[in-house]
Amino acid sequence: MSASALLALPASRRSAMRRQHTHLSDEALVALVARSDEDALAELYDRIGRIAFGLALRVLRDERLAEDAVQEGFLAVWRGAAGFRADRAKASTWILTLVHRRAVDLVRREDRRRAEPLGDDASALADVETTEEAAWLRFERERVQGALAKLPDAQREAIELAYYGGFSQSELAERLGVPLGTIKSRMFAGLARLRELLDEPTPKEGSWKPELTS
Amino acid sequence: MEAGAHELTAAYALDALDVDEREAYERHLAGCEHCQAELATMWETTEALAVAATGTEPRPELRERILSAARAEPHVVVPLVPRRSRAVPVLAAAAAIAAVIALAVGLWGVGVSSDLDEARSALERERATAAVLADPEARSVALEVGDGRVVVASDGRAVVVLDALGPAPEDKTYQLWIVPAGDIAAATSGGLFAGEDAADGTLVEGTVANGDLVAVTVEDEGGVAAPTTDPIVASEPV
Repeated sequence: MSASALLALPASRRSAMRRQHTHLSDEALVALVARSDEDALAELYDRIGRIAFGLALRVLRDERLAEDAVQEGFLAVWRGAAGFRADRAKASTWILTLVHRRAVDLVRREDRRRAEPLGDDASALADVETTEEAAWLRFERERVQGALAKLPDAQREAIELAYYGGFSQSELAERLGVPLGTIKSRMFAGLARLRELLDEPTPKEGSWKPELTS
Repeated sequence: MEAGAHELTAAYALDALDVDEREAYERHLAGCEHCQAELATMWETTEALAVAATGTEPRPELRERILSAARAEPHVVVPLVPRRSRAVPVLAAAAAIAAVIALAVGLWGVGVSSDLDEARSALERERATAAVLADPEARSVALEVGDGRVVVASDGRAVVVLDALGPAPEDKTYQLWIVPAGDIAAATSGGLFAGEDAADGTLVEGTVANGDLVAVTVEDEGGVAAPTTDPIVASEPV
């Protein structure tokens, strides 16, 4: 999926100091982390840390807590790299999953959950847009937000409240006053639809059929 | 749980399960290829959701904080790929299902160093093994004989992953063979290995071409120039 292509940041953006690491794939870096290679961990952080932090901040709405979630996520990478299976998921996906889970666990513990819609801090990238990296991130971010906006409202609501809000499916059913099965269907259909939308190379209005809202 | 577990994949991918549900789902996931493949797909989409949340940059201190914390941790060096019997997290538990999913997931990477090809030290061999296993273009080839698979990278390097191979008998060694078009008389050695860590993946010396088989025989210590016993492991044509 092209959403990940941005992780192949320009090598010039990274330190050229670290041995051979800059040209290794994320997956090979994880294999090195499993051998206690700190430079490999640093390289992974340089590639994925910013996205991880943005995600954690989105969920937690607090910079200190977000830093905690990112740290715990990367320490989970450090401890668990040997358990990573490259035939199962991309390394970036795996790492972001670990960070997201920490963020969700933290937000539930702190009960800091909010339900604001996505995109209220759209100018956050403006000050660093001089870099190619930021331009890519902004492009991808807008692309995904555009796809989200095309989802039926109920599906988008379920996905955003779950992924960005940290609500469990049971909490969502209660909060929205619908059966649990409905929440499951909305999340499933929403993710499937979102995938289709993201896979469209050049989104054209009218090139997709609206789905029935579950 | 079993009947409804398939339905939980989306909620799991979104981290929308509570702790009990999450653990129950992971137990289900370990044995369900369908859910593993579906989850891999859904995770790609949640990664896009993660990217969409990108905004404020973290403070520069965070990087050093993480590296210091990692440095402070006792870090046990473990085999490159844990064996299934010790696999704890869900990612490892799914180790059983290599082949189809490797292709389905659509692995992505930025390529590996060509100097890995020439590497001969143990560490470099491990790196090369990791590189083959991480190659987004790698194919998984089933075995005709034996349990496991051969992972073939796009450049012809191959790693043999054997699920349940014990250590070689005393005074014996396992020897890898590249067998052109199944002609055992033309086999060339792919190197020797001990067997204890066969599940972690063993790099085959040399490269394989389409139609070749990869095979393993038990030979006298030190290896031989041509196979003298019947293969205990033989792949389908790669």
